[in-house]
Amino acid sequence: MSAASQTSLARRGTAWSLLLLVIFLAAWEWGPGLLRIPSFIIPPLSAVAKEAVRMWEVSGLLKHTSITAAEVLVGFVIGSLMGAVMGYLLGMSPTAEIALSPYILALQIAPKVAFAPLFILWMGFTVYPKILVAILIVFFPVMVNVLTAVRTVDPDLINLARAFKASRAQIFWKIEFPASLPPLFAGLRIGSTLAVVGVVVGELVGGNMGLGYLLSFGEGQANTAMVFVAIVMLTIVGGIAYGLVILLEQRVLHYLPKRVHTGF
Amino acid sequence: MPDLIRLEYRNVTMRFSQDGGRSLTAVQGVSIAVRDGEVVSLIGPSGCGKSTLLNIGSGLAAPSEGEAFVDGERVEGPNAHVAFMLQKDLLLPWRTVVENVMFGVEIQGVAAAERRRRAQALLENLKLAEFSNHYPHQLSGGMRQRVALARTLAVDPTVLLLDEPFSAVDAQTRITLQQELAQTLKRAGKTALLITHDLLEAVTLSDRVLVMSRRPGKIIDEIAIEIPGRDDPLTRRHNARITGYVNRLMDQLGIGTEARVPA
Repeated sequence: MSAASQTSLARRGTAWSLLLLVIFLAAWEWGPGLLRIPSFIIPPLSAVAKEAVRMWEVSGLLKHTSITAAEVLVGFVIGSLMGAVMGYLLGMSPTAEIALSPYILALQIAPKVAFAPLFILWMGFTVYPKILVAILIVFFPVMVNVLTAVRTVDPDLINLARAFKASRAQIFWKIEFPASLPPLFAGLRIGSTLAVVGVVVGELVGGNMGLGYLLSFGEGQANTAMVFVAIVMLTIVGGIAYGLVILLEQRVLHYLPKRVHTGF
Repeated sequence: MPDLIRLEYRNVTMRFSQDGGRSLTAVQGVSIAVRDGEVVSLIGPSGCGKSTLLNIGSGLAAPSEGEAFVDGERVEGPNAHVAFMLQKDLLLPWRTVVENVMFGVEIQGVAAAERRRRAQALLENLKLAEFSNHYPHQLSGGMRQRVALARTLAVDPTVLLLDEPFSAVDAQTRITLQQELAQTLKRAGKTALLITHDLLEAVTLSDRVLVMSRRPGKIIDEIAIEIPGRDDPLTRRHNARITGYVNRLMDQLGIGTEARVPA
């Protein structure tokens, strides 16, 4: 496909996207009234916006959002670092992988969010249990992607490096590590959205901080608009995290052919 | 020293152990000597152990019996005298063309300025200079293979082991690449062992052609190509004696006899 038709395709797609957004917002504003849906079920857009302003002024919406965002950031960074390091270690040591794989599999199957109450029992109503859930949930997709990437490096590439008398460290830094970057970023993308899930569940289970707390507080007050505001803010936090990963990925993986735009 | 032996296999046998404790003999009692500056082709049926010989020569595999020598030194492992090139270009997608060419010399610890100078000179020779800063995915298959050749030559090996280097490119590109390889080998005075399935390629590019048997692979024939112009396969192609050599190779490999449908 030519560059020109690519651009016009992208432009048309964006126009449709914006149109859909307008339709969605309009349906949210006037749909509940037309269909006689009570506002404690679906509050119209304007009521949610009004509630957002009220929460900003009275309930410390910014503070709660910042706490959640900070937990997501810390959990994501630590979780992905640990996942990547573990992935490389297991990728380079088949023995370790065989020894550890049943436990890793078990941990991977166990629903990570179910650990939230346990962590709160251990660490109290602080930020730490939330971060820990995020670490746990981010760890696996990153580790599995890195492990698979290291394992699937073309053996002929390794042989090529060996024929040039490359050391083990050179093979890692010049071949295995760069070869693992595209799958690593795929794992990071998944991890960035999962980190939000981990943090929110932690906040829902206990404590009086963060958007997850506002969610359960709004529920207790039967304040549907508040719940909506919290969901929107969580989506924004997750969106920013995802966007940052994409930005970094585009800088690091600039050498890859421009792939067909999928938007995800 | 025209008779200096650059690459030698002495009575090399290679066995692989298989499931069930049985062993498979890939090559048996192979002896090959390639003189300085000589280009020798190795042809044979699929699975006759040609690539095994290449791995032994480059030090990536140790023979079960026998020995390999490069530049008079016994091959104990990978060494700087040998470089290989495969059907796959093995270019690293995250490196530019010039960085790919420098891959080997970089590992060997050649100084940065020197390795860039060498890479640029090779890219000039192979008409790739203007693509120095392109990434592999931006190149055609033929160009990628030329970059692979440049990377192989950059480490300045005395012996090149080539395993079907052009079998993945289209027929026209292949002829161009063969011509460039022949001229480059001649100009640089390199010794080469070329593994190929292409009989015409073997005859036009080589001083000698060795024929291997079905597994376990043994050398069953050796044909000296007595046509001038080893550095000019394009002209050699037109020589009337080419057909005779190709026919003899076909006979040796049993091509035509076993494929013929009984009347």
